[in-house]
Amino acid sequence: MKKDVTVKVSGVSMRFNLSQEKVDNLKEYVIKFVTKKIRFNEFWALRDVSFEIHKGERLGVLGLNGSGKSTLLKIVSGVLKPTEGKVETRGKVAPLLELGAGFTPEYTGRENIYLYGAMLGYSKELIDEKFDEIVDFSELGEFIDVPIKNYSSGMKARLGFSVATIVEPDILILDEVLSVGDKKFKRKSERKVMSMFNKGVTVLFVSHSLEQVNRICDKAIILDGGHIVAKGNVEKVSKIYKNMTE
Amino acid sequence: MNSIKISIINFNKYRFLLYELVKKNIKLKYRRSYLGILWTLLEPLMTMIVLSVVFGVFFGRDDKQWPVYILTGRLLFSFFSSGTKSALRSINGNASMIRKVYVPKYMYVLANIISNFVTFALSLIVLVVVAAVLDVKPTVYMLEAIVPLFILFIITSGTSLILATLNVFFRDIDYIWQVGSMLISYTCAIFYPVDRLFKNGYGFVFDFNPVYMCIHNFRNTILYGKPLDMQYTLVSFGIGLLLMAVGVLMFYKKQDKFILYL
Repeated sequence: MKKDVTVKVSGVSMRFNLSQEKVDNLKEYVIKFVTKKIRFNEFWALRDVSFEIHKGERLGVLGLNGSGKSTLLKIVSGVLKPTEGKVETRGKVAPLLELGAGFTPEYTGRENIYLYGAMLGYSKELIDEKFDEIVDFSELGEFIDVPIKNYSSGMKARLGFSVATIVEPDILILDEVLSVGDKKFKRKSERKVMSMFNKGVTVLFVSHSLEQVNRICDKAIILDGGHIVAKGNVEKVSKIYKNMTE
Repeated sequence: MNSIKISIINFNKYRFLLYELVKKNIKLKYRRSYLGILWTLLEPLMTMIVLSVVFGVFFGRDDKQWPVYILTGRLLFSFFSSGTKSALRSINGNASMIRKVYVPKYMYVLANIISNFVTFALSLIVLVVVAAVLDVKPTVYMLEAIVPLFILFIITSGTSLILATLNVFFRDIDYIWQVGSMLISYTCAIFYPVDRLFKNGYGFVFDFNPVYMCIHNFRNTILYGKPLDMQYTLVSFGIGLLLMAVGVLMFYKKQDKFILYL
């Protein structure tokens, strides 16, 4: 991988088996196996996708519903393993996908900060050190010692965002998260993300909103049916996208 | 070689997560109960009393140390059984996390085994107290008790990895294992003396049960003041390593597919 490349996606394809009926017990499996009825309805969510992001670049991923955007983000963040091809990343990856999904409902906010932080690969010392900052930023105040199951979805998202953005990542993966919480917090989180941009973080950003992509990104790709149909500067690509959708 | 190095680096990175998951399992198990973690002591003590009364008094045994026999068997078996049972659900149970954030997936399995081992280790306090009250004489062989415990840990881990992997693809495993672990429990000689089975020509069942071998060795060192039975030690260790190898291989080969079935 060349020195200034922080994300390199080469020839990535992702196949899902959409069997008509999901077989997850032995009896069905045996019956279907014997009667040769296991039908694998293959679906390729991504087909031979390749691109590079250089350090400090901000790549927007455009595409309609079901074009493979989220699958791509999940592959880059390591949650999904591609069927073919490979992804290389350099530096610390911070995926801000579906914030707060890793929380344990019976745990309090305080306990969840440690657990969720550990899941993101933080050390205890780091969380100890940044704990007050996290609580401050999430604006949870005394709710921090209340079990998460009693939180509103906005509160959960705020806490998730605060934990996930406490480290300074090299690569930031954003999936329309800039719409977290109320208007006030939205502005605050956007400011935080912007300040990361200024520090030269590499960004992979997925959105339906052309306006947001134009504002944030300098490069863009368009996915359609799992293929990359256009890539390049954001002005050029967004024009193509506009023509596609209208 | 290189992949081993990467695994170690990765393990180090997520060591704190392992600690947090173990803590979570233990904390949530006893949350909202008044006696909390004390249950790790009370529960085995109470079952020991019940089993001793039923299989001791009712059956007319007048062996003063019979409760220690039962307690050793039950403690070890329940570590194996609760460890495998909770680890078997650990991948499905953490589906929402696995789908969102990348962490090495074996952490979920390992955390369940370790948290069960911690509660098991705590409950050994009961054994110490009961053994002292019932006049079990301490011997140097007690130090060897660590060997069957270590082997049992390996057996439990290997079995758990196999079950957890299978359970992602076939939810039936959960129910099959309920029956399976019951079968194992009855062939572990928890609440009956083994000579009866040998007398009736069924002693061979113990040769297939590595969990029993660990219990037997543990009793040798703690209760009878005898050294380890070498044959049982080697065989159970061998089976443990085999289970571990199969488990690691299965888990490693299938773990990237888990997410598609969760």
